Amino acid sequence: MSLAQEILAMAKGAEMTAIVAIGSTLIGAVLAFAFGIARVEGGRLLSWLALIYIEFMRGTPLLVKLFWLYYALPLVGVSLDPFTTGIVGLSLNIGAYGAEVVRGGLQSVATAQREAARALNFPRRHTLLHILLPQAVVEMMPAFGNLAIQNLKDTALVSLISIADLTFRAQQIRNLTLAGARVYSMTLVGYFVMSLLVAALMRFLEIRARRGAAFAHSAHG
Amino acid sequence: MTGPLIEFRDVGKRFDRLTVLDRFCFTVQQGEKVSLIGPSGSGKSTVLRILMTLEPFQEGTLTLGGISYHQPHGRGPFKASERHLREVRRNVGMVFQSFNLFPHMTALRNIVEAPMAVLGLGREEAESRALELLRLVGLLDKKDHFPAQLSGGQQQRVAIARAMAMRPRVLLFDEPTSALDPELVGEVLGVIRMLAHEHDLTMLLVTHEMRFAREISDRVCFFDSGQIVEQGSPDRIFAEPAHPRTRAFLKSVLAESRTA
Repeated sequence: MSLAQEILAMAKGAEMTAIVAIGSTLIGAVLAFAFGIARVEGGRLLSWLALIYIEFMRGTPLLVKLFWLYYALPLVGVSLDPFTTGIVGLSLNIGAYGAEVVRGGLQSVATAQREAARALNFPRRHTLLHILLPQAVVEMMPAFGNLAIQNLKDTALVSLISIADLTFRAQQIRNLTLAGARVYSMTLVGYFVMSLLVAALMRFLEIRARRGAAFAHSAHG
Repeated sequence: MTGPLIEFRDVGKRFDRLTVLDRFCFTVQQGEKVSLIGPSGSGKSTVLRILMTLEPFQEGTLTLGGISYHQPHGRGPFKASERHLREVRRNVGMVFQSFNLFPHMTALRNIVEAPMAVLGLGREEAESRALELLRLVGLLDKKDHFPAQLSGGQQQRVAIARAMAMRPRVLLFDEPTSALDPELVGEVLGVIRMLAHEHDLTMLLVTHEMRFAREISDRVCFFDSGQIVEQGSPDRIFAEPAHPRTRAFLKSVLAESRTA
């Protein structure tokens, strides 16, 4: 196996890692908002269900959850392919952490803003979507950035349920070439570069959110 | 309508163990301008916050514009349905001590948001209403500014315009100038003074600006320990207060403003 072939194989793995990371981060974000909003604005039942979800997902190892989805779920009649299993497991996992960020962000918006919205008689839905969330999202962005990077690194675990991601490819190549130092060094660099890209993207989104919210902190005009 | 616009009947309000209002009774006629004065913690702001449905109360009945809500004796915090509360709120607007503008919206958007989302006005109508109000408070040229780009006095004037855009029958002012630098107080009082000339608008003003209260009110209520200790025409309350606690309060406040 030539170096060029090695790099090509690793690139394919990196591509799979990227797909899994992007897919699970996006679905995770949807879950984060759904459960985070349920925690703060849902009735007692919804808030309670969201709490169970969050605590269960935060309190169990991702690897065990992936194994459970991969090995145990088929035994009760639901068989997912490895790719779907990986996306589902990662999304559920990161969604729970994200939900806590959404909860914290919503709660960080001053009570005064809720009271102003109430005094203007907005329906709750309008208050949430147009008053609270636009202010809260700005506060959430740095934490979302951390979670996106954490999720990218967590994708390495899907190699253990036979998804051919970067880690999976690295192991294959090492088994063939026995060049562990070179292969794993390249793998580390691969993850690092991808996480830099994620960090840059999240930073960009954060600045956009801040500008969109237009908290013009300029001097009194 | 013949009865009073606002009526508190035996309203009891407690925060945990602390009783803020006890068998509190208070009526306001449509179009009346009433100032609530008194030491801090005497329950004046709580009265406004109950009217705005920001605070639940435990006992008694509150009637506002013919709509009542009440809590039978001895039961927990009242749980009027959100729909019912929204019905009550339609008649009331509030101006807060700390303005509470929405920081992510321009002045104009702050004002049009509720008329569009709550009253269902079209953008054009909402904007023409908002621009008229901005002109009234003297901030037409600031319509595209965000709150952080405005001075405190300007923010409060936008906040007054925002409340007025909902055309409330009752407008509540909760210490509207207390958070302002002294040199900005005048411009806000000027706007409130202008509104006080609106015949049909009912105004309740919690304030420490005694001269202003005297000037614009039809009636002044002196609060102490959750009770209206004394009320009457501003001239009588300020010139010849009957109750010793009113006298003591006015004396201390006036002494303060002399040293300031």
